[in-house]
Amino acid sequence: MQSGDLSIALPEIILSLFAMGGLLVGAYGGKDKLASLMLWVTAAVLVALAAWIGFQGAGTATVFNGMFTDDAFARFAKVTVLLSAAAVLLMSESYMIKRDLLRFEYPLLIALASVGMMVMVSASDLIALYMGLELQSLALYVVASLRRDSVKSTEAGLKYFVLGALSSGLLLYGASLVYGFSGTTEFAGIIQAAQGETPVGMLIGLSFVIAGLAFKVSAAPFHMWTPDVYEGAPTPITAFFATAPKMAAMGLFARVVHDAFGGVIGDWQQIVAALAVASMFLGAVAAIGQRNIKRLMAYSSIAHMGFALMGLASGTAQGVESMLIYMAIYVTMNIGTFAFILSMEKDGSPVLTIDALSLYSKRDPAKALAVLVLMFSLAGVPPMVGFFGKYSVLLAAVDGGLAWLAILGVTASVIGAFYYLRIVFIMYFGADESELDKGGSGILWGFLMASAAAMVFGVFNLFGIEGPAAAAAAALAG
Amino acid sequence: MLLDNLISIVTFIPLIGAAILALFLRGDDEAAQNNAKWVALAATTASFLASLFLLAGFDASNTGFQFVEEGTWILGLSYKMGVDGISVLFVMLTTFLMPITILACWDVKHRVKEYMIAFLVLETLMLGVFCALDLVLFYLFFEAGLIPMFLIIGIWGGKERIYASFKFFLYTFFGSVLMLVAMVAMYVDAQTTDITALLNHNFGSDTVTVMGVQILGGMQTLLWLAFFASFAVKMPMWPVHTWLPDAHVQAPTAGSVVLAAILLKMGGYGFLRFSLPMFPVASDIMANFVLWLSAIAIVYTSLVALMQEDMKKLIAYSSVAHMGFVTAGIFAANQQGVDGAIFQMISHGFISGALFLCVGVIYDRMHTREIDAYGGLVNRMPAYAAVFMLFTMANVGLPGTSGFVGEFLTLVGMFQANTWVAAVAATGVILSAAYALWLYRRVVMGDLIKESLKSITDMTARERSIFAPLIVMTILLGVYPSLVTDIISPSVSALLGGYDTAVAEFATQNAVAENGGH
Repeated sequence: MQSGDLSIALPEIILSLFAMGGLLVGAYGGKDKLASLMLWVTAAVLVALAAWIGFQGAGTATVFNGMFTDDAFARFAKVTVLLSAAAVLLMSESYMIKRDLLRFEYPLLIALASVGMMVMVSASDLIALYMGLELQSLALYVVASLRRDSVKSTEAGLKYFVLGALSSGLLLYGASLVYGFSGTTEFAGIIQAAQGETPVGMLIGLSFVIAGLAFKVSAAPFHMWTPDVYEGAPTPITAFFATAPKMAAMGLFARVVHDAFGGVIGDWQQIVAALAVASMFLGAVAAIGQRNIKRLMAYSSIAHMGFALMGLASGTAQGVESMLIYMAIYVTMNIGTFAFILSMEKDGSPVLTIDALSLYSKRDPAKALAVLVLMFSLAGVPPMVGFFGKYSVLLAAVDGGLAWLAILGVTASVIGAFYYLRIVFIMYFGADESELDKGGSGILWGFLMASAAAMVFGVFNLFGIEGPAAAAAAALAG
Repeated sequence: MLLDNLISIVTFIPLIGAAILALFLRGDDEAAQNNAKWVALAATTASFLASLFLLAGFDASNTGFQFVEEGTWILGLSYKMGVDGISVLFVMLTTFLMPITILACWDVKHRVKEYMIAFLVLETLMLGVFCALDLVLFYLFFEAGLIPMFLIIGIWGGKERIYASFKFFLYTFFGSVLMLVAMVAMYVDAQTTDITALLNHNFGSDTVTVMGVQILGGMQTLLWLAFFASFAVKMPMWPVHTWLPDAHVQAPTAGSVVLAAILLKMGGYGFLRFSLPMFPVASDIMANFVLWLSAIAIVYTSLVALMQEDMKKLIAYSSVAHMGFVTAGIFAANQQGVDGAIFQMISHGFISGALFLCVGVIYDRMHTREIDAYGGLVNRMPAYAAVFMLFTMANVGLPGTSGFVGEFLTLVGMFQANTWVAAVAATGVILSAAYALWLYRRVVMGDLIKESLKSITDMTARERSIFAPLIVMTILLGVYPSLVTDIISPSVSALLGGYDTAVAEFATQNAVAENGGH
């Protein structure tokens, strides 16, 4: 296929045009009166694009002189990103309306962030990488401080912005070193330069790039922003942070280390393994003290990123496959969990301490059961699907000769199991009955139940994600 | 057609019952509670009846796996189920005890529906452990059992239930995840998770060096240790037994019964299914270590049992001691030892279950498990005194009861493997008589002087009917042990045949290597 063929990047182009058109309509039309409609239309566009990308043919194609690649890996990541973005949009409607936060820019910013993420996972050039990353980040900085009159929310946005800028700086510095030592920004060229004995400058560049990426996936020790931003941002935004951007950043991570540095696996393997260990333990230990469920989920996501990085650390195609499966499962679990957190209300205002769940199982047995399933799934206890995610990354790690990493990982998962269990414990064994509101939005209920059901019934065939994940991994590291 | 899927049918009937309860039963009034109980009883009984076909169709002379079902599954795993001479009786034990367990919790008033669902799910998972022929499928059932048990202890348990349920979960979870890593390593080595294939796979036994430490038996020893971490906790073996007394004391009666009678057997079953046949060299290297741990467990926990104030704790410690006989029998690795270990596990299933039910009977009346709160029960509860007597004697290992056969066979096996261990373990038999009889004397014998006990009533018809099958099995297996040994012996001797060959081969190799070195 010729490199000028724009049809390869058509989904991204359509989504960008849609976002810009939407802005015009919103600005000249009814402004926030259209917000609800805009939200639904955006979600529909995201789902439609996901379906289109998902059912698009196989094969690999590049465009823009090799800066943008469309392959099975990019398609897998994009489908996950788009679907989770759409899910979060739908979940946020009732919350945003209730708190008078639903502005028409919100769905469009999410759409723009999604464009950025799609570019990230398709990037095959350092410039494209940075473009995608910044487009995504800028949109996220804004939505983090969506609640302009709240100190916490603006603080979260600012914190995210300052630290995000720092990490972008690290990444750019690393990229410039890599460019300096390889003479090209294209991954295809870098991988030829980075073979065998690599110059020290290249390695330093690689380390900086990885540090920047680790910040984006919130892997320890680059995680400091996560709990504060998770806590400060409005809950639907937190749900968004926990899902789509994580998938995209992890996809970008995999692409950089394999497409650009696939020749020096030994050099980055140790760094990724160290990040994985630090994240798993920090996530497991630090969450124990948290009573705020959003902060708790922040640490939980740090721990989960550690596991996904464990798959990546193995440096094999199987490792990439396991990472993709892990991320898809992780995103599904988090959508359900955040659907529940969004529905935690007392007299109409949100409640975020886990103690408020006391004996929730009596108040709403069905929802409590769904949360129980999700918690055990997050902890990685079989037969929930979360276990299979852990199993596949462990398999990849041991197969890649990192048995020590697998042992450390399962140890961390036992420590982490404690706080998931504690939520179950509060819901089921608590002392006095919860006073949370009953009922709530049907959409949230639906997402919670669907996610929990997926965690149970996925045992049969994992909803067929195995084949696409294998194809994706083969495209990247095969 | 039905027979082709018999194992799945037996395994999943309880789960279907649980699904029916969860989906169709509404309300929490008396009628709904009764319906829940009857559905649970029907499901467990149906599973038991179906398992009778399994026993009837089982060919004991065939040492391979029977009733095998196989289907592809995710991530390169397979859904493979089947039983052999070692596992079939555990399946029977489970299906036999579950209806009794359900009957035993007939008086529960608190969240009955959830209680029944938890037990039904637990039964499916326990049966799955004994039937699974795929490594990860086994792990799935093995681990998943923690969830219902965690809830059973946590929701329906006693005062300290929160501590106990967390301790139970995290202890066993930690043991198991190490096993998971070992399983992954086995898959990487053998490129299959099929247990039948793994049984014929030779895992490397060349000495390896890990962090400067030379490990005799190499990969086998490492894998063995990881499995040991899991099974030793589950068994439980001294010194990782401390979760058991807590869990037992806090669990409701039916939970204690399932825990003691079935869940503890998973550890022993795991040793027989994985450690011994798959890592024979490592098992041989570690045999003395396990034998001594078992001997310590038998004596130490018996002494601890002597001093208990709480009836359930006493029986829990006695369970640990009896499990010591099982591990010692298994790692004696001879026909008597292993036969005896399996027999002991089956028999302990009946006896310990019955003993916890005995405690349950008086606990339901007096709401205390303090030994000091009782005394002279024989005056008002003659039938109870007789039943308790029988199971106390069986626990002690009186000839004529099933307890004797298990202890005797394992001691014979131990004696051949390590005479000193057998000598130490034999003192445990005496100690068990001491604590069991002393318990009996303090609770049942003497004059009824306590005011609170003056109006206590004897067992009801339901309680009697619960004990009847247990009494029959305890005595039947005591006087006619071939019922069990005929089924297990062929499989055990096949297992030990492979074990001895592998150990002998390893010894020759080492001898050759040493001679070459000189």
